[in-house]
Amino acid sequence: MKSLAKHREVWLAAAIALLVMLVAVRFPGFARPDNLLTVFNDYSILVILALGQMAVILTRSIDLSMASNLAFTGMVVAMTNAAFPGLPVPLLIVQAMAIGAALGAFNGALVWKLAIPPIVVTLGTLTIFRGATFVVSGGAWVNADAMSPAFISLQRAEVLGLPVLSWIAIITIAAFFVLMTRTSLGRSIYAAGVNPTASVYAGIDVGRTKFLAFCLSGMVAGLCGYLWVSRYVIASTEVANGYELQIVAACVIGGVSIAGGVGSVGGAVLGALFLGVIGSALPVINVSPFWQLAISGGAIILAVVLNARGEKNKGRIILKKAATA
Amino acid sequence: MMHAPAPTTVNATAPLLTLSGISKSFPGVRALNDVALSLYPGQVTALIGENGAGKSTLVKIMTGIYQPDAGRIAIDGRPVELASAHAAFENGITAIHQETVLFDDLSVAENIFLGHAPRSRLGLIDWRTMRANAREVLETMRAGHIDADARLRDLGIANKHLVAVARAMSIDAQIVIMDEPTAALSAKEIEELFLLIEFLKEEGKAILFISHKFDEIYRIADRYTVFRDGEMVGEGRLTDTAEGEIVRLMVGRSVEHIFPERTPKIGAPLLAVSGLSHPTEFEDISFELKRGEILGFYGLVGAGRSEIMQAIAGMTRTSGGSIALDGETLAPKSAAEAIASGIVYVPEERGRQGVVIGLPIFQNVSLPSLSKTSKNGVLRLAEEFALARTYTERLDLRAASLSQDVGTLSGGNQQKVVIAKWLATKPRVIILDEPTKGIDIGSKAAVHGFMAELVAEGLSVIMVSSELPEILGMSDRIVVMREGRMVNIYDNDGLDAETLVRAAAGIVA
Repeated sequence: MKSLAKHREVWLAAAIALLVMLVAVRFPGFARPDNLLTVFNDYSILVILALGQMAVILTRSIDLSMASNLAFTGMVVAMTNAAFPGLPVPLLIVQAMAIGAALGAFNGALVWKLAIPPIVVTLGTLTIFRGATFVVSGGAWVNADAMSPAFISLQRAEVLGLPVLSWIAIITIAAFFVLMTRTSLGRSIYAAGVNPTASVYAGIDVGRTKFLAFCLSGMVAGLCGYLWVSRYVIASTEVANGYELQIVAACVIGGVSIAGGVGSVGGAVLGALFLGVIGSALPVINVSPFWQLAISGGAIILAVVLNARGEKNKGRIILKKAATA
Repeated sequence: MMHAPAPTTVNATAPLLTLSGISKSFPGVRALNDVALSLYPGQVTALIGENGAGKSTLVKIMTGIYQPDAGRIAIDGRPVELASAHAAFENGITAIHQETVLFDDLSVAENIFLGHAPRSRLGLIDWRTMRANAREVLETMRAGHIDADARLRDLGIANKHLVAVARAMSIDAQIVIMDEPTAALSAKEIEELFLLIEFLKEEGKAILFISHKFDEIYRIADRYTVFRDGEMVGEGRLTDTAEGEIVRLMVGRSVEHIFPERTPKIGAPLLAVSGLSHPTEFEDISFELKRGEILGFYGLVGAGRSEIMQAIAGMTRTSGGSIALDGETLAPKSAAEAIASGIVYVPEERGRQGVVIGLPIFQNVSLPSLSKTSKNGVLRLAEEFALARTYTERLDLRAASLSQDVGTLSGGNQQKVVIAKWLATKPRVIILDEPTKGIDIGSKAAVHGFMAELVAEGLSVIMVSSELPEILGMSDRIVVMREGRMVNIYDNDGLDAETLVRAAAGIVA
């Protein structure tokens, strides 16, 4: 299974490289390293969100409320900044992550304690969090004038040639890699997704594991709330409206199985970057936004078909080895 | 459509369905070896055998789910091939299972006519006719009390069985297989089911009735066929055969299997269970498990053995009674708590409850010990590997690498991984539920040998098993359970299989 997952990542990386090369045939500038780094920076937020979503999907759940969580948290952080411009930005980031995690905990608690299906819970909170954004802001916007210069400039500052936003994405990737492969929580997340029954017998609290996965997805959604409003320099009730589907799409393209238990940090990151390359390349070659959506959709279906094929191959491999074992 | 012309000339001596020379093997296990079975119109044939005797494999062959490796199937003397469940259905064979396989959220009428619903001229389902036909079928079976529009979910199990039979009637099935239909029924419901079987007999159906309960078999069946270890060991008319004879056929001499020699060193009581009860599953269970002892739990499937073990292992709540380990009262609220106090439960269903296919071997082994192989939530992979290596080597696991997916192993080796995973928690009491179910003889012997080693080291073992040779070959004492209650505790000293079978089946000696 491991080698297969790696194959999928290699395949996805190759597809991204191919896409970049195709665009570069007409616009050589597209493949230049500085442009590719710009694409990475532009899609850093999607990468971070996809990682949180991955953790949730691995436990056989889904978090549809991430984009609304992001909008709510972004609004609260922007309003805090507008009201208290003197507060240091790192403190605001901590605030964003705490609020996001609290909203995630709310989702997780409903899934854990009331055993409501995650898709229903987060479909509900998708609307609730978006509505709450309206309530706290009264429908008003927070724009560039109201934000402090530090609030806006932090993520744009360059460290070792990369914007802080890119660094935050890289740190998040590293953190998730360690979390998923080197901690007992990561192991529990995989085990609970692959075989919840056997996990319960092994003493793993599957409900609690799901709860923690929702806290994680909420926390990264909160972090992205700050990143989003400071990047686009606006906080409104419409922020990231409908973006939850992009997040799920990144995971699915990255080989995270909607049935749970299968997926990797590398896959989720590549899935987000694949969408990033499509999103950045198509305008360059003058493809209409409608086609962008259609191509993203096609990529999702192709990814699911390939995943299903992968599962089948897995079965055959098992039989062959079992015969010789 | 449901009224088949009543069989005018029933030749009682000509079987309707004949199976002969049927063999079926699975990797490492020979499930059926050259068995034969005949079903006669208007008669009930009881299929009798221990668990693992091959009854369910035969049912699956008869319903087209499995294909036999060899053998012939004939209906009315005409050879047929049951290549799929649909082919079996077309040939008029239908099965009613213990847990009826119907659609809970559809109506009674829809369940009866699913797949062959009457159509209107436009090709749409003709609901009016379907309801009317459903009512008619139910009336014919004297089951008019069932509302054809009711949702199946709202019916009791007995009525669900009636719906399943109505379905069989509506497709004019001639051969009806009833696989432990009474397992979940009350005494009154069983009576109703028997009336229905009588009705099916009058209709000339050939019925295969599978049950472990002798009183039911003698009450309803005309003929019997006994299976043992995948072979047919006897058949005949029940009126000519005494119960004792059938029990002897069932138990017989077991397959050649040598159990490890051991000289039990039994110590002081370790686990004391007293008056343990559950609202619906078991009642007043009391026993002691001593250090270095193997305590066997024997009974029919559904006697409540696994349920008790799950309660002791913290998986289910109890309504009364107590559990004490080494004098300390325990009330484990989760498997994690039971594991921490030294009690582990190795569940029966290896694939669903035991191994985590998709994760590598070493991660399977360390799963219940994550708190020991991690510090502050961070895993220490070297320790994890060391733990996995130690215990898989002890069990003589054959695998190329501990990083390979556990799903690539054979059943026997998977079972070794499962046992290794529980041993790695360093338990004091290990509960093995059907530890050798569905694994090959070689792996069985390895598991048995290992159990002997464990108790020699002072561990205490509870073994739930439905296999008589295993129970008699391994246990120091044997608890027999029946319908959620303890029948007796026997010292395994000159104990014979028939005593256990009689106790478990509720046959008064």
